[in-house]
Amino acid sequence: MTESKTTRGVDRISAAFTNAKQQQTAALMPYFTLGYPDMETSLDVVEAIAKHSDLLELGVPFSDPIADGPTIQESTQMALENGTTVTGCISMVKTLRAKGIDTPAMFMGYYNPILAYGQEAFVRDAAKAGVDGFIVPDLPPEEADELAELADKYGVALIYFLAPTSDESRIKLVAERARGFIYLVSITGITGTKEAVGGDLESLIAKIREYTDAPLAIGFGINTPDRAAEIGQIADGVIVGSALIKTVGQATVNEKAREAGKFVESLQKGLLQSKK
Amino acid sequence: MFAETLAQTVPAAEVPDVRGKFGPYGGQYVPETLMPALEELIAAYEEAKNDPEFMREFTHLLRTYVGRPSPITYAGRLTEMLGGAKIYLKREDLNHTGAHKINNALGQALLAKRMGKNRVVAETGAGQHGVGTATACALLGIECVVYMGEVDIARQQPNVQRMKLLGTTVQPVSSGSKTLKDAINESIRDWVSNVQNTHYLLGSVLGPHPYPMIVRDFQSIIGIEARQQMLDEVGRLPDTIIACVGGGSNAIGMFHAFRDDEEVDLIGVEAGGRGINGGQHAARFADPNVARLGVLQGAKSYVMQDFDGQIVETHSVSAGLDYASVGPEHAWLRDQERVGYTYATDEETLEAFQTLSKYEGIIPALESSHAMVEALKQAPKMRPDQIILINLSGRGDKDLDNALRFIDL
Repeated sequence: MTESKTTRGVDRISAAFTNAKQQQTAALMPYFTLGYPDMETSLDVVEAIAKHSDLLELGVPFSDPIADGPTIQESTQMALENGTTVTGCISMVKTLRAKGIDTPAMFMGYYNPILAYGQEAFVRDAAKAGVDGFIVPDLPPEEADELAELADKYGVALIYFLAPTSDESRIKLVAERARGFIYLVSITGITGTKEAVGGDLESLIAKIREYTDAPLAIGFGINTPDRAAEIGQIADGVIVGSALIKTVGQATVNEKAREAGKFVESLQKGLLQSKK
Repeated sequence: MFAETLAQTVPAAEVPDVRGKFGPYGGQYVPETLMPALEELIAAYEEAKNDPEFMREFTHLLRTYVGRPSPITYAGRLTEMLGGAKIYLKREDLNHTGAHKINNALGQALLAKRMGKNRVVAETGAGQHGVGTATACALLGIECVVYMGEVDIARQQPNVQRMKLLGTTVQPVSSGSKTLKDAINESIRDWVSNVQNTHYLLGSVLGPHPYPMIVRDFQSIIGIEARQQMLDEVGRLPDTIIACVGGGSNAIGMFHAFRDDEEVDLIGVEAGGRGINGGQHAARFADPNVARLGVLQGAKSYVMQDFDGQIVETHSVSAGLDYASVGPEHAWLRDQERVGYTYATDEETLEAFQTLSKYEGIIPALESSHAMVEALKQAPKMRPDQIILINLSGRGDKDLDNALRFIDL
């Protein structure tokens, strides 16, 4: 049976960036940890933020997240304590898709749980559930051949990173392999710590543009609508994670989804008001 | 014993390959931000390795500062009591700072200086690598921050005080299991955030390439010395060499010079904790229910994990062996059947800790006491003309408070 209504995988991701471009704005991609603070609430949060998002980055918890700052660490820790598993994350996506949420969705997770699940089984099951791409922060291109091949086989995107430390040879390497978009880390650091500064990024973006037209989504250290707007001026996509987790963490139990929705809506407005 | 350069000194090996692979193990599983730093480190190390000036400086410090070569000691009373093979000890416990860790700490601190990095971060479990790094940084005038889990801080107080006295900032780590693994996580996060001016001085044959290779090479002086000492002083190579394996740097350092001596049995001893049943241990090679091929902190190796790939808490009476993964080269050496791996429980270890103290007047580190356990088992089964060499990787002063909680004097 073919699905005529919705595209999937790499195509669904690309469509979101194309659409944002047509509206002369950057695509908004919030990050949220699945299972935080518990599975049910996290589903409500994702549903609430999806309305105001162009893409979604959904965290699959890992016990030792070396690229993440304290905020996301605590969220993944709590998710694990509440019994969140890889299988559980895949079924949460299934549930979201069944509810009619068709926003393109990435899984953001570390490599070991993927290995433990089995690489092909993971890509196959996640893609089948409606995941469109994978962001694996401890898998640089040098180690990514197997997973990249599987992602291509199932029509989903393996997302690569570039960072302020990336030189020309790294940029070339990632440019050749890019699918969907490139995740540009705005700071030399971990998530949710330093603030991103627009000016520093422009020359890096110009350098990357010499090698690829793939959309560039910028993340790490973007925490307010103003900051999102500023970064949105130079990026194709804006990723906000720790600030959203904080918002949800601070909200009372019954208000978590609503507050999350409001915060992401404010980011969306920030982006729309500063059209390119 | 030592040639003009480090490259000429360290015995050649077929691993790792240029990508840092030891067969299927090793590699570089790190965030993109760090990849250029690893490339820089590889280049700097290649250059240093072939530079006679680097070797001169390194060996000068090893001789005049660390006190190398460390001797080998014949454990006569112990041998007599066991009534089997002769037991010799390679005395890394006599190094300045009391363990083998200083060898690598000095080597990497010299490298950091060469790369123009004025800040060093390090992780520590037992505190020996932290003290080694703090010492090397004090000597060379480098700012030093050591990450240490809160559980380890509590059980290794003397080393915490020593690091502070040496001018190092000891940063308590309260995430996860609050032990070595979490200290490594925090060190990596610090390194990612300060990579332009900071060198991560990793203390074992763990982590992303080139660390397992660099640490092995710096530590290989243990085995190079020991091999020559056995030939000079005893007239032949030992039949069996035993070393404890946490990350595995003292063991690799000892084994490396002997890897082509096929007549020499090499045995690595992991932490058996409260026994293999129940999973409260750090014996990565002994428990297929918990330890499987995985990726942790930059390298592919055997990793203690649950069904879902989450890293599980490990247990050992010895903080230095209490780690969820093992150096990728050990996994490879095991596949090659070049090294045999076994484990010692906490109980056996505390017993051996007392035995060596009483029979030889040497208080071993609890880590090294694991190697002693295996020697106590093997020696009686061997002939008196056979020889066991144990790598006594560190001294036990730091462990007294901890060990005496379990021992009636």
